[in-house]
Amino acid sequence: MRLKRKLAISENGFIFDPTTGESFSTNSEGIEIIQMLNQNKDEVEIKNFFMENYEVDESTFEHSYYDFVTMLRYFNLTEDEQN
Amino acid sequence: MSKTKITVAVSGLNATDNPGPGVPVIRALRESKDFDCKIIGLAYENLEPGIYMPQLADKIYQVPYPSMGSDTLIQRIEYIHEQEQIDVIIPNFDAELYAFITSEKRLKEKGISVFLPSLPQFEDRHKANLFEYGQKHGILVPRSKNITSPSEIVSLKKEFSYPFLVKGKYYDAYVAFNAEQAVMYYNKIASKWGVPIIIQEFVRGTEVNVIALGDGKGNTIGAVPMRKLYITDKGKAWSGISIDDEELLKITHDLLKSSQWRGGMELELIKTADNKYYLVEINPRIPAWVYLAVGVGQNLPEALVKLAMNMPVEPFKTYDVGKMFVRYSWDMIVPIHQFQTLSALGEL
Repeated sequence: MRLKRKLAISENGFIFDPTTGESFSTNSEGIEIIQMLNQNKDEVEIKNFFMENYEVDESTFEHSYYDFVTMLRYFNLTEDEQN
Repeated sequence: MSKTKITVAVSGLNATDNPGPGVPVIRALRESKDFDCKIIGLAYENLEPGIYMPQLADKIYQVPYPSMGSDTLIQRIEYIHEQEQIDVIIPNFDAELYAFITSEKRLKEKGISVFLPSLPQFEDRHKANLFEYGQKHGILVPRSKNITSPSEIVSLKKEFSYPFLVKGKYYDAYVAFNAEQAVMYYNKIASKWGVPIIIQEFVRGTEVNVIALGDGKGNTIGAVPMRKLYITDKGKAWSGISIDDEELLKITHDLLKSSQWRGGMELELIKTADNKYYLVEINPRIPAWVYLAVGVGQNLPEALVKLAMNMPVEPFKTYDVGKMFVRYSWDMIVPIHQFQTLSALGEL
């Protein structure tokens, strides 16, 4: 999954989509996922990072990750949801 | 380089919750790099806030409503011209555009320039003709039908499904979810603005707007797309943000090219979830949020004055994305003698 190229993402969790004028905010974990998606990391790499750096089990992470990714798609912040 | 001294008359000083573009247009002209403007404010009502704003207009004249007749309005303009030697007029009030468009030659002979669409351009884009206008210029427009009697509403279910929009020919639009509501809105609008009433297909999506300036030869001098962030109960943008929407700019450039649009305009469109753009209205003048364009790098009122004066104008190529405007209300304390002078003498 690729995020829209033009998204402006600040370190404090503010996301601005210049093509629509919409803005969103997320927490620090959300920013970490977004940064990894921008580095073209796949789901397994992201999951491994979180399981190594946070006290979280695989099923809880996957549940939260899919929720988050669904939200990114819902808000049209991904390239693959374009067109 | 010294600035050129000019006198510009501007109407639409009603900086209210249904704002006219006069105040931001004057603000833009005050920031011009090339002009040192003497500003003549033209006011229809003696409580238009722009009249009393410090350092806004140099002189205010009351003018008669266009409903009193184009000739009455233009005669008053000619009187003001005798006093002030106006170089350019920027009319910002919908109802006065017809009078200024049809009097362009008469004004020019007196030495006053305007830069407005031609009468056919002005007439073609009326709400009642918009569907045909869209077909002519290759833009999607929601299906619509003009009706002149509420009895026609019952038979509309063959052509339109609910909800649909019930719109006045000049102002007002309501979403009707059933025939009873449609009749109610028909009567409400018809009593205010007359007939026809326009029934329009309801398109779901996000409203996006573009301010643009055409040179009348098919070129876009400037264009800035904006998304409303805060909308008042009158449907006016109280806050908005400049956006980077290439498709919307392409639609604008193409329309200005095919229509050879002359002057300022605002396009109102609905962007659907599948990224289609439906044109819902064209305002044939600068909109009230014009100062956002100035703030993002396109001083369109200044460019319009240059076009009116036959000066060369370089088209704007860029603008800042992600800049917002936020309006606010502010109480001015006004000495009664200002109000009294304007009321008694018609000028201030």
